[in-house]
Amino acid sequence: MADVHASIGAEENNDMTFRQGARDCIPTLLGYISIGIAAGVVGVAAGLSALEVVLLAVLVYAGSAQFIFAALVLNGSPAAAIILTTFIVNLRHFLMSATMAPHFIQYSVWQNIGFGVLLTDETFGVASGKVQLKRGVTASWMNGLNVTAYICWIISCAVGALFGNWISDPEAFGLDFALTSMFIALLVLQLDAIESTKINHYIRLILCIVILMVGFSFFVSSHMAVLLATILGATIGVVTEK
Amino acid sequence: MNVSLSMLLLIAACAAVTIVPRVLPFLIIRNLKLPVLALRWLSYIPICILTALVVSNVLGESGPLSFDWQVIAIMIPTILFALWTKSLLFTVIIGVVLMAALRFFIA
Repeated sequence: MADVHASIGAEENNDMTFRQGARDCIPTLLGYISIGIAAGVVGVAAGLSALEVVLLAVLVYAGSAQFIFAALVLNGSPAAAIILTTFIVNLRHFLMSATMAPHFIQYSVWQNIGFGVLLTDETFGVASGKVQLKRGVTASWMNGLNVTAYICWIISCAVGALFGNWISDPEAFGLDFALTSMFIALLVLQLDAIESTKINHYIRLILCIVILMVGFSFFVSSHMAVLLATILGATIGVVTEK
Repeated sequence: MNVSLSMLLLIAACAAVTIVPRVLPFLIIRNLKLPVLALRWLSYIPICILTALVVSNVLGESGPLSFDWQVIAIMIPTILFALWTKSLLFTVIIGVVLMAALRFFIA
């Protein structure tokens, strides 16, 4: 119960302002910028107009889904296949939203809809790390984080769509690794916040997920593998904890 | 700079199937007292999903049991750096710099 009180009282917490949320978004921006530009370039290359690329960024707001959308449009896939693929690729966000939602029940329905619409892998990673540190996460902080990421993503996609031809290959600068190294750092920060008595349990769980991912990669797409490995992994985590 | 109607409808449909799974849990969980077991299950999601996302970046695109060795090579120092600094920003920067350096020397 103490946590609930902490997060209700946290609205007055000066640490968790909109501005602080925006500041906490900064480490993720390199990932957003490089992948957003790439998504813009790929979209235009697939025959989308710059405006359509920006619409995708504004309305769908999901990196991997935007890449796949462009690829499927390019090879003339039927609309139903494109919609279904987008749904599956983004379904992992359901799990992320479910994880975040209990921490925001004191806020209004519209605030909660806003948190949901602007949820991405990156903002989830940052926010779930903050939640784990038992620092009450406020709506203002969450909005600062989300809006900064959203605006940066839209601008990056637009830049990629408009100036893609003049930008050299971002992979040459290692920028595609920004996302991976961000996930690694978020994972390490999560583990760092775990009590030392439970750390072995979590390390074993991580090994389980690695094996599950490799195993699932024989049968399903990588997006489906992420979904299945996470659901199964969390279940193993609960069942095997003491 | 135009948007065809069919493309607009396709983008709108993709937006809908993306937004529903993102928003639904926020709407359901406010009106529902989750059992302790469910909350415990959810507490494992961040670590599980972050691990799965890292692994999905390591697995190569050419079928099962293919690995992106560049990513694996740079992952190791990046993990050590993250453990050492506990800084998201510095880890991202060092990861990108190391990957750029590796590709520069390979090329």
